[in-house]
Amino acid sequence: MTEVALLQPVMRDDLVIPEAVVSARDVSLVFDAGGQRVTALSGVDLTIAAGAFVSLIGPSGCGKTTFLRAIADLERPSSGQLLVNGMTPAEARRRRAYGYVFQAPALYPWRNVARNVMLPLEIMGLPRAERRARAARYLGLVGLGDFARKFPWQLSGGMQQRVSIARALAFEPKLLLMDEPFGALDEITRDGLNLHLHELWRRTGMTVVFVTHSIPEAVFLSTRIVVMSARPGRVVEIIENDLPATRDLDLRETSAFLAVAHRVREALRAGHSYD
Amino acid sequence: MRGGRTSLAREGATLPLIAVILALIAVWYVGAVALNAPQAREQLAEGAGFRDLAAATWSMTRPVLPAPHQIAVELARSLFTHPITSPRSLVYHAWVTVSAALAGLGFALALGLLLAIGIVHVRLLDRSLMPWVIASQTVPVLAIAPMVVVVLGNLGITGLLPKAAIAGYLAFFPITVGMVKGLRAPDPLQLDLMRTYDARAMQVFSLLRFPASLGFLFPSLRIAVTLALVGAIVAELPTGAQAGLGARLLAGSYYGQTVQIWAALFMAAAMSMLGLAAVSLIETLAARRRGGRL
Amino acid sequence: MKAAPFLWTALGLVGATLARFAVADAAPGGMFGATLGATLALAAIAVLALFLAMVGFARGEGWFARLATPALFGFLLLWLWEMLVIGFAVPFVLLPPPSAIARAFGAHLALLTQDFAQTYLHAVIAGYALGCGAGFLVALAIDRSPFLKRGFLPMGNMISAMPIVGIAPIMVMWFGFEWPSKAAVVVVMTFFPMLVNTTAGLAEAGAIERDLMQSYAARYGATLLKLRLPAALPHIFTALKLNSTLALIGAVVAEFFGTPILGMGFRISTEAAKMNLDLVWATITVAALAGSLSFGALALLERAVTFWHPSFRGSS
Repeated sequence: MTEVALLQPVMRDDLVIPEAVVSARDVSLVFDAGGQRVTALSGVDLTIAAGAFVSLIGPSGCGKTTFLRAIADLERPSSGQLLVNGMTPAEARRRRAYGYVFQAPALYPWRNVARNVMLPLEIMGLPRAERRARAARYLGLVGLGDFARKFPWQLSGGMQQRVSIARALAFEPKLLLMDEPFGALDEITRDGLNLHLHELWRRTGMTVVFVTHSIPEAVFLSTRIVVMSARPGRVVEIIENDLPATRDLDLRETSAFLAVAHRVREALRAGHSYD
Repeated sequence: MRGGRTSLAREGATLPLIAVILALIAVWYVGAVALNAPQAREQLAEGAGFRDLAAATWSMTRPVLPAPHQIAVELARSLFTHPITSPRSLVYHAWVTVSAALAGLGFALALGLLLAIGIVHVRLLDRSLMPWVIASQTVPVLAIAPMVVVVLGNLGITGLLPKAAIAGYLAFFPITVGMVKGLRAPDPLQLDLMRTYDARAMQVFSLLRFPASLGFLFPSLRIAVTLALVGAIVAELPTGAQAGLGARLLAGSYYGQTVQIWAALFMAAAMSMLGLAAVSLIETLAARRRGGRL
Repeated sequence: MKAAPFLWTALGLVGATLARFAVADAAPGGMFGATLGATLALAAIAVLALFLAMVGFARGEGWFARLATPALFGFLLLWLWEMLVIGFAVPFVLLPPPSAIARAFGAHLALLTQDFAQTYLHAVIAGYALGCGAGFLVALAIDRSPFLKRGFLPMGNMISAMPIVGIAPIMVMWFGFEWPSKAAVVVVMTFFPMLVNTTAGLAEAGAIERDLMQSYAARYGATLLKLRLPAALPHIFTALKLNSTLALIGAVVAEFFGTPILGMGFRISTEAAKMNLDLVWATITVAALAGSLSFGALALLERAVTFWHPSFRGSS
């Protein structure tokens, strides 16, 4: 008993810093794919502070999506400690701590746009009037207020993805997890949505974890860029992005922007040279 | 069926369809002359011209192939000249068969839905029962009809129930297979989404799996409608039933009443089309609530 | 794979066999004799062990586990049928036990073979070949005329959805009681699905592939042979498989309407009327085997011929 008491001060190290929204300690994840063991994540250490916009970038197979899914309790780490808001991911999920935006819009084609946005609110049991008000508010926020009664398949790909962002925002989570949300869109649409997302993040003060394989996108959006490498998936470098807080598309032509992009590219190359 | 609804079938098919049907009717009249001629010649005087022969072949009481207008007249007569409750009315016979098919369809729908839900949610059922459901689609299930009718007759169960049982048994397999496919139709992302909301199993079913399955339910329902009708008709054969379209077919073949057989056959086809139209109507209504798509 | 499911299977099969003997022992003296307790205990062990075996196999992957689970389930159903029919002394004219059906199968093997030859080897095969062949040829014939295609396709779909077996009495009048009348029913039943599916299949080849053939200045025949027919094969096999089931149904049901003294449909309807249900079930078994084996053979052929199709690629 006394020993345990004596050890306590030492263990303070492990205590969760309150403002850490996500904290990962030595997180590893091994898939068992038909008898073959595939190491998707190996010893990932990462702390994400409240209000940050963190991008995970790396080649395909580097485990960036797996890590995001582990935060969302869609995958379970094989070892290590992963906490979301100081809770296990499963607890956080049960408390609906985060909104998730997938690679594809994953809208339900039999529901119109407004009812798609209301879907999580129905599941969480919000009253009807509140559901309507929120759908209107967040569709307005992503600039789709006039499309509430359209069906998903009547919208372009970019608009569909904006609906799915509105759906993730509708239950007002403090944490937004985004898995290559603009990966399937053309570059022009993508630029517009990047700007839109940046302004959304600045206005709401949410924490965003953003998976991408586009360097300009990561540099434009993030406060921190986590560079990962493949086989096994691990963190190579964490780059603090000190570009000004308010950004527009012209920023991408500046030397400061290109310098950060260069650092990211160097880190990606370094990660590659391991194999 | 993969070829069921191609764009070809939809785009401006009215005119070609009418042309093909008219051509078919013309071929039919020629065929009637050819097939009925030997019989007709016996009745005709020597030296009768082709005109007389054609007229004779198109107006026989027991032709090998009745002319289309004879079938139309017989249909009109048996549909409209008797009160619909009379055993001489074809409406009465059609209703006897259709009611059995409908009852069977109801059974099949309830049982198929229940079983599909079980198969989708319980791995043991999926692995043990589903292969048998799929395999039984390759088996001539209709062959059990006479036995079921006879055995249920021994137990004192006659009339609608044995027919409904066979109709339901036939319709059950496509509905189950279609619903299993439909309930599994949601893609992994749509299911993951539900998980991020911590949705309960009932919510995943009512908000995702069931709505997603409707697009699969209607095509299998079309197959089931036809099968249920065939089942009800065939179930009327073994006992030599007094009423129903199957009974009319059988009676017609006993007494050589070809026109009656053809009339019953056309009635059965009409009932099948009516059933398919009803399914399409429900489908359209369901789709309308979803902006026109299922 | 773990050993437990195999052990449970062995225990279940032994328990089921013993229970079968026990129930036969117990049945004759009234409902259940002195060994009622023993029978029930053995049956309970068998059911539990088979259930655990199925649960075990259902967790596994691989072809053996996928085969073992439904096989055990089928065995369990047959065994329950046997046990209940014997245990509750269900009258033979209602439901014969599987063992009696197996005995009838053995005792009437010659008769069943003759019926099979009459119905399957004559009516089904002739009708199937004629119906599928004609459907295919007509589809090729109307291929060059969009007008005819637009007319025939909806009609083919319409007729496919109708209770065609009803033409059986007419065919019997036209072609007599022997097998040609049944083959005629099969021809009509199989013609339209093949017509519709072949036509749909011929429309399957993509625009880019057609443009490629165009760029080679390929003639109609070359495009048909080298591009459109191969692309149509999956659809053609869909019709071939569907028709194999339809053909058997058509031939059997047509025999319900009138036949000489042979044939599976004839056997089923007359023996059912005579209450010889064991022979009826034996004939149904033959029909089921014929249906599933034909379908299986076609499915194997399809896999061999259209191995390139996306529906097969992932699985091999």
